[in-house]
Amino acid sequence: MDLDISFLLHGQYGELLLDGLKTTLLVFALSWLLGMALAVVIVLLRAIPFRPLDALMSLFVEYHRNVPTVVQIMVWYFGMPQVLPPGLKAYVNAGNTELLFAVIALSLNVSAYMSEDLRSGLKAIPAAQAEAGRAIGLGFLQSMRYVILPQALRIGVPPLVNRSLILFKDTSLTMVIGVTDLTYQAKNIDNLTFRTFDVFAVTTLIYLLCSLAIMLVGSRVEKAFPSAYKG
Amino acid sequence: MIELKNVNKWYGEYHALNDVCGRVEKGQVLVVCGPSGSGKSTMIRTLNRLENIQKGDITVNGASIYDPRNDLNKLRASIGFVFQQFNLFPHYSVRENVTLSARKVFRMPAREADELAESLLAKVGLAHKIDAMPANLSGGQQQRVAIARALAQRPPVILFDEPTSALDPEMVNEVLCVMKQLAAEGMTMVVVTHEMDFAREVADRIWFMDAGCILEDSTPAEFFSAPRHPRARKFLEDVRH
Amino acid sequence: MLDILQKYGAMFLVGSWPNGPLGGFAATLLLAVLGLGLAFPIAVLLGFARVGHYRLLRILATCWITAFRGVPLIMIIFWAYFAVPLVTGMTISAFKTALVAIVLYESAFLAEIVRAGLQGLPRGQTEAARAAGLSYWQSMRYVILPQALVNMIPSLVSQFVSTIKATSIVYVIGVEEVTFVGQQINSIELTSALQTYLILAGFYFAVCLALSRLAARIETRIQKRRLGLA
Repeated sequence: MDLDISFLLHGQYGELLLDGLKTTLLVFALSWLLGMALAVVIVLLRAIPFRPLDALMSLFVEYHRNVPTVVQIMVWYFGMPQVLPPGLKAYVNAGNTELLFAVIALSLNVSAYMSEDLRSGLKAIPAAQAEAGRAIGLGFLQSMRYVILPQALRIGVPPLVNRSLILFKDTSLTMVIGVTDLTYQAKNIDNLTFRTFDVFAVTTLIYLLCSLAIMLVGSRVEKAFPSAYKG
Repeated sequence: MIELKNVNKWYGEYHALNDVCGRVEKGQVLVVCGPSGSGKSTMIRTLNRLENIQKGDITVNGASIYDPRNDLNKLRASIGFVFQQFNLFPHYSVRENVTLSARKVFRMPAREADELAESLLAKVGLAHKIDAMPANLSGGQQQRVAIARALAQRPPVILFDEPTSALDPEMVNEVLCVMKQLAAEGMTMVVVTHEMDFAREVADRIWFMDAGCILEDSTPAEFFSAPRHPRARKFLEDVRH
Repeated sequence: MLDILQKYGAMFLVGSWPNGPLGGFAATLLLAVLGLGLAFPIAVLLGFARVGHYRLLRILATCWITAFRGVPLIMIIFWAYFAVPLVTGMTISAFKTALVAIVLYESAFLAEIVRAGLQGLPRGQTEAARAAGLSYWQSMRYVILPQALVNMIPSLVSQFVSTIKATSIVYVIGVEEVTFVGQQINSIELTSALQTYLILAGFYFAVCLALSRLAARIETRIQKRRLGLA
């Protein structure tokens, strides 16, 4: 089994592979940004002393943490169109919504985990900090924005980096609903050329390099934003 | 019994032990004192190689600790060590803590080890706690068990690394009493401590250390009445107040 | 939704058994249990290599762990599907192939749990054991491991939950675990996709939530016992 990867580096197969990588990165970036934004919203909502809301958010988080990611993707892609009003349903059935549902599913999934990472960061900050914020005249949202959240984010960096890594790997799951990501293209090229070992080897290497890149960026961020408190 | 020859240790650039020389005779009680960071804990931990040295040699009971030909585990088994933080094994009962070394290192049969444990625990006043778990003992009781554990090795010498520093004040005495009893029985002891009254009563020799060097090596009488080195004088003044 | 549950409940639970291989959630659990059980010894070796004195072993273990944690599980499953028949020279069932993939994948995560367990004890424990003359292996056997293994339990239960969720991917090579069954049922009951998949999610949700709560309770108990000391 000799390794000859030249066919992957240019030409139509190289294009396919590159396209796959771009899709993977696109799904990752979109899901990460939406997930983080939603996570912050969840954290803020849960800070409101209103029990039913907190219970609802808790259910949201527990659902996304205890159901496998691929099943969550399936619920969205196969299940959701069923309950959409007829106009939207027609749009969905027209096709090309794989990416949309994949990003929705992954964003919600990662937001649940990230909100928990942020909340444990929040819990680690002494109550005295919030008091100090109020004492200098900041309102609730302002103390959050200027005093509490920046510190909570710092504590949350290590678990958030870990979660980012997991999100990156989870993008590969979207291939099961037909998103043309890196793994999809690897299987695709394998079907077209039967050069399984070569394709898989290159794809694995790409994933490894990306994972290492994320870990590297993560440790740089950890060093740049150290925290006075431990999570 | 113990001899340190030109012992030097560095932590990176920091010279933690600076050409330390000294002797401890059999049956002697040596107290090592000094300000924080003086190297006294480091020094005592080099005696059973919990810390390594870069230069010099240490012999205990005739055997060099740093000679690679010597079996380090056997050497350590012949040296008792009592830690500041007691370091009892929390998953074992008091009995099991005391007999572990005897049974696994000295291969003593269970019955004999148990008898040994019972007599040693009686000696430190804790015979009734023989089947208790460390979590249910006070700090002073845990430290006394730790002393019994060290005695179970039937060592010719016991090292104490600040044995009472982690104890609440009301428990310090119970541990010091046990140590005084051991000294009276002729045990060779090296004790790093801040308890100056203990030093005055029990020590045969006192080393005052600062910045990795032994600045004073004298008898308690000499040390407490007329210390020679200015830093030793300052230390005694600070301690008295 | 209830009618789907009634109609296909058994199928969700055991697949086409006894008329076929064991499937459904039973297969899911079996795969998870076997996966972790077989991965654990490998993980212990890796964990010891990671904290040990031999640099070469440390590097090899780190490479193994980084590799299996940096590649998506679905890729590892495709690799196994391709490589296992080649390496063994015979055709292996999808279940066994998936098991190989899961064992390799989980070994890396478990190895990190083992490492954390070994390094998580206060240094004084190792020092006290060595100071009493116990050798490296004696200190491991009598002092470190008994405590470390107990401390690892909550993390191990959490990892079990992760493994159960990870098994959901193996349907892509034809293993008839519960997600596969879900797909099967959906292809029969075409108009009830949402209900079918929500029930599927429900199986995982119930079991994983219960296990996560269990892990949290065990963790609190261990913490309480530990604090009773310091």
